[in-house]
Amino acid sequence: MNNVQPKSFFLTPENEAEARKVIAKYPAGKQASALLPLLDMAQRQHGGWLPSAAIVYVAGFLGVPEVKAFEVASFYTMFNLEPVGKYLIQLCRTTPCWLKGGEDIARTCETRLGIKAGETTPDGLFTIKEVECLGACVNAPVMQINDDYYEDLTPDSVMKILDALARGEKPKVGSQTGRCGSCACGKGEA
Amino acid sequence: MLNDKDRIFTNLYGKSSWTLDGAKQRGVWDGTAALIQKGGAWIIEEVKTAGLRGRGGAGFATGLKWSFMPKPSERPHYLIVNADESEPGTCKDRDILRFDPHRLIEGALLSAVAVNAHTAFIYMRGEFVNEARHVQTALDEAYAAGLIGKNACGSGWACDVVLHRGAGAYVCGEESALMESLEGKKGQPRNKPPFPAQAGLYGCPTTINNVETLAAVGAILRRGGAWYAGIGRPKNSGTKLFCISGHVNAPCHVEEEMGIPLRELIERHAGGVRGGWDNLLAVIPGGSSVPVLTKELSEKALMDYDGLREVGSALGSAGVIVMDKSTDIIAAIARLSHFYCHESCGQCTPCREGTGWMARMMERMVRGEAKVEDIDLLWDVSKEIEGKTICALGDAAAWPVQGLIRAFRPVMEERIRAAGGGR
Repeated sequence: MNNVQPKSFFLTPENEAEARKVIAKYPAGKQASALLPLLDMAQRQHGGWLPSAAIVYVAGFLGVPEVKAFEVASFYTMFNLEPVGKYLIQLCRTTPCWLKGGEDIARTCETRLGIKAGETTPDGLFTIKEVECLGACVNAPVMQINDDYYEDLTPDSVMKILDALARGEKPKVGSQTGRCGSCACGKGEA
Repeated sequence: MLNDKDRIFTNLYGKSSWTLDGAKQRGVWDGTAALIQKGGAWIIEEVKTAGLRGRGGAGFATGLKWSFMPKPSERPHYLIVNADESEPGTCKDRDILRFDPHRLIEGALLSAVAVNAHTAFIYMRGEFVNEARHVQTALDEAYAAGLIGKNACGSGWACDVVLHRGAGAYVCGEESALMESLEGKKGQPRNKPPFPAQAGLYGCPTTINNVETLAAVGAILRRGGAWYAGIGRPKNSGTKLFCISGHVNAPCHVEEEMGIPLRELIERHAGGVRGGWDNLLAVIPGGSSVPVLTKELSEKALMDYDGLREVGSALGSAGVIVMDKSTDIIAAIARLSHFYCHESCGQCTPCREGTGWMARMMERMVRGEAKVEDIDLLWDVSKEIEGKTICALGDAAAWPVQGLIRAFRPVMEERIRAAGGGR
């Protein structure tokens, strides 16, 4: 994977200005608190993954030892230390989703995209990752694609979502059966 | 059953607006300045009268916790809102964060007054990106309206509220790991003592409370602690958010009275067990960390701290995971063992090594590739993890396995015999 690591990384001027605002939210001298938000900012700027150069840059920006920044970047699951597809599909594998057919959802994704969990499609569009509880158990089974949760999934609705993304469209996020949040309702009424 | 007039969370499903206008229509930010001006001591007394206990899982008395904070000194005090909701089966705080963020912000402000804090941090699980956008918008609205900031609600109390997003780590829901994370480090729990009230965030006096706990404070202060104490049972007072997931006809999130019978909760709100009550196999009543209940115990269980302790489980975060008779209960618990193995922070040897060992052993138990005596070994190893780690993640990993063995040992033995490993 070393060949994909860029030699250098800089926040864009806009992001750098934003980063200074983030630092100002914490008490003076506690700028290390901005490590998670700034690593997240760097990852978003770099197309969804965090190259080593970005970790070094953020450490320098905050005056944090590089090794501490690497420790943090490798501790938290949301930092991707290798490239991911344009759409990072995170499939919840924990018990509440599993009880509601989470394995069928995973199989549907893998079959439709021709890859296994942990892999990226050759066109760089999709990566599948299995994750632990996403915290939307009442709307199980769920998956997260980039920032958005897709809930109350069936193999059919998963196919529709993936097809829409492949066409460059933005599918409807949230419940795929039209529920209001986590209400027991079918279409909006209790 | 909870009367509608006693409901606190009146926008649980996002059917009305989550922004400032909508919140005000629901009574949030009504007379907040007057409540602040009654002072921290009064706020603590009302919350003690209410009998409010922590809704994150531990159930510690909230007013008492606040009273542990030292007298004001030159060291700043901090309030932290624990919004790192990650306990499998639990998705209650998410609905407050996305659909009623002002209720939380107002509660945080009032609680900050109680603990003499002029800064509150909301530490929110990183995956909740859209929920964080709602909270940040609500914070921006509150600042613009003068509800928080240098002179919150015109009360003379200065209070900043800062949103901080995590980046994916269950262990950061543990309060000292959360503080480490907020300081920009790996989320590895600290030894206690010192407790956060003495040395918490940045070494300063800190109080950490769950989202649901703090979001209830505004209503308690407006309506009076006695009103809240009149709901539920003694020492188990108030309303509670329950998330009912798994094999029910209508999975849902609902606010109910503490102490509601588990069966009534499932049948009244979640459309009953799939295939009827007699098709019930087991229920995990309080999030993944608490021991599983058989159908027989589920019939008796009352949904509050004491009620669930009496049947050998716990209220935890009140994430109710329902499993019908089609469930492979060993596999259901094995998934949880995998979860804890994945989420162990690696600091303490019993947890780091033990959760991995249990997860591997549970995988074998699913296939029956074990000896009957291995069930005892599994029990023993779980006991070597429980109580022997810095934080409660080790306990949380041990209890589901122990609960399985206690309630479903015959199923495990049968699986082993069927696979030819029995003796």
